[in-house]
Amino acid sequence: MTDAAPAAGTDAATNVEHLTPTELVGATSEGPQELIRRTATPPEALRREVGAVLRLPEGVAVDPSDIDVEQTDDETMIINMGPQHPSTHGVLRLMLELDGETVLRTKPVVGYLHTGMEKTAEELTFVQGSTNVTRMDYLSPLHNELVFSLAVEALLGLEMPDRSDWIRMLMVELNRVSSHLMWMATNGMDMASTSMMIYGFREREMVLAFFEKTTGLRMNHNFIRPGGTAADLPDGWEDDVAVICDTVLVRLDEYDELLTGQPIFRHRQDGVGALSAEEALALSLTGPLLRSTGVPWDLRRSEPYLRYDEVEFDVIVGTYGDNFDRYSIRLNEIRESIRIIRQIVDKMPSGDYRVQDKKVTPPPRGRIDESMEALIHHFKTFTEGFRVPEGEVYVAIESPRGELGCYLVSDGGPKPYRMHIRGPSFVNLQALPLMLRGGLVADAVVACSSVDPVMGEVDR
Amino acid sequence: MDVLFPTREQYIGLVGSRKDEGFEMCADLCAVDYLTHHGRQLPEGVRPERFEVVINLLSLSQARRLRIRVQVPAEDATIPSLFDLYPGTEAMEREAFDLLGIVFTDHPDMTRILLPEDWEGHPLRKDFGVGRVPVQFKGAPGPR
Repeated sequence: MTDAAPAAGTDAATNVEHLTPTELVGATSEGPQELIRRTATPPEALRREVGAVLRLPEGVAVDPSDIDVEQTDDETMIINMGPQHPSTHGVLRLMLELDGETVLRTKPVVGYLHTGMEKTAEELTFVQGSTNVTRMDYLSPLHNELVFSLAVEALLGLEMPDRSDWIRMLMVELNRVSSHLMWMATNGMDMASTSMMIYGFREREMVLAFFEKTTGLRMNHNFIRPGGTAADLPDGWEDDVAVICDTVLVRLDEYDELLTGQPIFRHRQDGVGALSAEEALALSLTGPLLRSTGVPWDLRRSEPYLRYDEVEFDVIVGTYGDNFDRYSIRLNEIRESIRIIRQIVDKMPSGDYRVQDKKVTPPPRGRIDESMEALIHHFKTFTEGFRVPEGEVYVAIESPRGELGCYLVSDGGPKPYRMHIRGPSFVNLQALPLMLRGGLVADAVVACSSVDPVMGEVDR
Repeated sequence: MDVLFPTREQYIGLVGSRKDEGFEMCADLCAVDYLTHHGRQLPEGVRPERFEVVINLLSLSQARRLRIRVQVPAEDATIPSLFDLYPGTEAMEREAFDLLGIVFTDHPDMTRILLPEDWEGHPLRKDFGVGRVPVQFKGAPGPR
């Protein structure tokens, strides 16, 4: 980063050898991954670096005259926000170059939560795989399970029963509600609105209680599996869902009243962290970030999966691409999700909740007691797993944070040869340097919150 | 979905022309190590190499996707960066470099992104041992 073109990161450490150890922050230093001081960076490299930090090529969005290369380190300072800063929602570290209170350059440093889940996926069978992916985006675990299952089913060429599709839709839409409520809670807390924090968690808990009743767990459900779902919906689920819908809708109006017209809230949201549609597309942003710039791109509408083409809902878009647009999009997406959930309750068909394909689905518990073959079959399914035909597939769904993709390669064995998850948070984080540039540190907290990154998914 | 198999030399030109045709976004970029997967199906004339860089282009205006798979040999694991065409691939290319050791030339900031800077090796390569290497921590006294 300091010298022109560090040919390979393998010898990147040598590029910063001319710095004294104290200049590299010390024992916790990530070395070349960090934002380098101005004095250590020649002007051309700085121009280039500002372009890189802004995640835009030279000449596109960065006007070279805009970059004050004469500025010295005496006037600016680099501070770390994170990894333990509460507003970073996990272990995100933002290196901010500040001129007084104004942010000049930003570099997100990620990886503190990296646990090698893509490597782990290669060691787990397709049956076990959904236990792994569900832990990536821990605020919308069912979306992770869904995208993985859809990818496996696409390779298997399975025809899914009606009811399993509708159960899956019900669960992921409820999950979208809980995830957006969680976002409203944390976003409120980042602006010191602790009452919103408590309210958001309160309503989210209702959804999680329903998840616990249905799947057995509040999070990390492993409920949506290749070949269907783990179980049918519990008795009386319609009543539980109706209560959730009614309550959340009423409370949502209260939050709308609490926040939307609130002058302090509006001052911190309006026009802060604005993005244009061109920038959002260039940076591969998806989800509420892209829709806030006015691009009506929602995979549920544009590339319908499951049965989204059979339900009515609106795609919410913004105009200015600022924090307030992202807030209103998420607020109204909860309303749209509830609209979808009500249609699902009306349309829920009867039938199987998992595919009756002996290869994929283990025999039911009752059969194991009476049939030796069923016992062997059950044992084989869970020890060896099933084989998936050779091939590769990319499946994308709309998670609460944007396009959640799964690129799956199978070599014909019972384990994925390669599983890559395209985490929307990971890509969306690239917008931060652009959103924070020229703003204040206090705005950085709110802008970071409005990206809604989940670090479990960023670092995987 | 269409899948294209350009060579490394054609790669940038092909992606650039597809961008002009309306593929506004590079939705995903990742790499695969085919070391232990022999005889995968490839169209005529494509010589299989150890690594493959896979990108998924997305056209919002036409609601279309396009996958591009580029063969990258093990002895020279480099490929031009897409940064100038799609700046959003910046983090994804760093991730592919970090986990699979593929160097993207002309990338503005080719450093590790998920792993610590002093990590040795590239874990998603198939010859990177699993469970056989003590976990590396900076400054730790080493395995007992």
